[in-house]
Amino acid sequence: MTSGLGATGTPTPLVIGDVLGALDSIGVPVPQLLQMADSIAFIILAAIGLTIIFGMMGVINLAHGEFIMMGAYITTLSVNVVGLPLPAAMVLGALGTAAFGAIIERTIVRQLYGRLLDSMIVTFGLGLILTQGTRIIFGNSLQSIGTPFGNVPGYTYSGYRVLLLFAAIAVLIGAYLVFTRTEFGIRARATIQDPETARAMGVDTDRMYTVTFAIGSGLAGLTGALYAPSATIVPSMGQAFLVESFVTVVTGGSTVLLGTTLAGGVLGTIDAIFSNLYGNFIGQIALLVTAIIVIRLLPDGLTGLANTIRDKLGERQ
Amino acid sequence: MNPDRLSRRSVLAAAGTGLGVSVAGCSGGGGSSSESDTIKIGVLEDRSGNFSLVGTPKWRASKLAIEEINENGGIMGKQIELFDPDPQSDNQRYQQLTERLIQQEEVDALWAGYSSATREAIRPIIDREDQLYFYTTQYEGGVADENVFCMGPTARQQLGSVVPYMIENFGTDIYTIAADYNFGQLSADWVKVIAQENGASVNNEEFIPLSNQNFGSTISNIQEADPDFVMAILVGNNHSSFWNQRTSAGLDIPMGTSTVMAQGYQHKRLDAPALKDVYGGFNYMEEIPTERNEDYVSRYYDRWPDAGYANEESVNNYFSIYMYKEAVEEAGTTDQKAVRDVLESGMEITGDKSPEGDISHQGPVHHMTHNMRVMKCDAEHNITVEDERRIPEQFLSETVGIDLSGKDDGMEKQFTPTDYYDAAGE
Repeated sequence: MTSGLGATGTPTPLVIGDVLGALDSIGVPVPQLLQMADSIAFIILAAIGLTIIFGMMGVINLAHGEFIMMGAYITTLSVNVVGLPLPAAMVLGALGTAAFGAIIERTIVRQLYGRLLDSMIVTFGLGLILTQGTRIIFGNSLQSIGTPFGNVPGYTYSGYRVLLLFAAIAVLIGAYLVFTRTEFGIRARATIQDPETARAMGVDTDRMYTVTFAIGSGLAGLTGALYAPSATIVPSMGQAFLVESFVTVVTGGSTVLLGTTLAGGVLGTIDAIFSNLYGNFIGQIALLVTAIIVIRLLPDGLTGLANTIRDKLGERQ
Repeated sequence: MNPDRLSRRSVLAAAGTGLGVSVAGCSGGGGSSSESDTIKIGVLEDRSGNFSLVGTPKWRASKLAIEEINENGGIMGKQIELFDPDPQSDNQRYQQLTERLIQQEEVDALWAGYSSATREAIRPIIDREDQLYFYTTQYEGGVADENVFCMGPTARQQLGSVVPYMIENFGTDIYTIAADYNFGQLSADWVKVIAQENGASVNNEEFIPLSNQNFGSTISNIQEADPDFVMAILVGNNHSSFWNQRTSAGLDIPMGTSTVMAQGYQHKRLDAPALKDVYGGFNYMEEIPTERNEDYVSRYYDRWPDAGYANEESVNNYFSIYMYKEAVEEAGTTDQKAVRDVLESGMEITGDKSPEGDISHQGPVHHMTHNMRVMKCDAEHNITVEDERRIPEQFLSETVGIDLSGKDDGMEKQFTPTDYYDAAGE
């Protein structure tokens, strides 16, 4: 099996090992930090595609997990069957899922804007079709691709899983730049806020919806692509991301990217601490209890809190 | 990847229309054709849904056994008629189909279900109808039910082969990680009981939700505890992610299992060396290097060229259908009470009928004495047999002392080790 990143190509292992060893020697809990990086990355990447489609378009995409699965399948098949190097296969996984998302938006989701419950039922059905369709076409399981990079030097922790935190941060920054600093982003946000005025100003709102949905789908596909080397590739694999993704969206609140970042940080830290101390089961419970507490105390999510603080600071000035 | 999709579709379609016709046929009258000239067997195994990876091989091996028997003249000269709708890994559907197969198709014997949850979902129906029923998955053990014949090895048999081997070869400090449900909890209890019997102890235990697929904290906790070996009783697709993550984290403590490889053939699906130094206690894997098994494996793949694996449970379906044939022929009738009496007198399954080697049915407890092997997976994912012995069902037969053929006739219960062992409850 060829993996493009190379299972042995550990990036400057001595330097990383030295830095971590130095941190460890001054009392920094390195294993817990590694776990935290892993958990935060997982939560952010699980949620990112969903938050964009929900936050920008008001569509709850219950096929989100299946979009992730599709990205993982395209990536795995590109490596195993076509023989592409892993990074190229991952890009293909994201682009392929984005293209699929664009088609779905044009044919199905388009009919459902403003019909929240209808869109949930339709995307739920789409998810079932994708899962079972994948099973019929590709069988019950694909040969997996090995995880690159080996362990974090000096620690029993998968280096790849920790590096995913950097991928998650890059995705957040990229999405932020696209939606705030590009003309497309401004048009897209204008379309979402006030489609009629946007159309009057010459924005092709239909196209904006399609592209936004495609970007959300593509990010879900990217998540699948990034987790393909460390997960089991089966048709139902997307479901493992669902709980984290929805909890993150609810906890994060209305401001899409800020919410995902805040929720990912808070939930990831809590999950890491509790699963490290008391095991995965308690970690999952702590995650859900946190979500309940946040929703109870902050009906507008963490971004609601952030906005309140900002407003208060503004009044004071 | 899977060119048999056309045939699978057509099979599903055929099963679907078959059901439609039979339902239509039955809506007229009560459906009472007990003097039929075929023997009716129901097989409910998952070919879609969550359990299809492990259920499809069971269905395939059942078809293979039935086709072989039919080609060789059937049972007492009667052909076997197979009813095999797809229960789709859905317990409600299982209940509906079980009712249908018993009441409308009037099957003479039923094979059904992958998980223990499924078995427990349909067991009340089985018991209400007094239906002769074979459950073939390896399971936690302890079912003593006049209608149920458990053909797979129990947790005590599987762990009883691998745990003593691991203690002997690696040491006495055990770390158990197990799936967080009925089967995993009871299996972990058995690890404790068997460890105690062999002078070892389980010093750490973690139960992992079936939905969990991130094992970072589990792996670092294991490394911190640094046990002599790990017992990994992981179940399902999500848990398969453990192996890749373990390897990339560099955790190289030897691991024993009763669930991984033999059921979901992870050693074929994951990239080597994900399962390096994993030792399983199983009655069957397709790699068993005996002439009898190699012959079986080639028959299986001749019939199903696109099959992924002949798993542990599939062989249990295969031999138990042959066992049923012998029991019917000895009873001279398909009358379920008469067949049950023959089965309860004990049976020997030998020759080509039992690919794992000669085994026997312990009539009074409705369980099998299996040929249990410790199978090792190396860095290239080659499987070797490290240890082999015949292990009987002991919990019901010795510890509890059940006799379904005599004093406990009519019993419909499941016993758990916590009631009988102090170590289990701790």
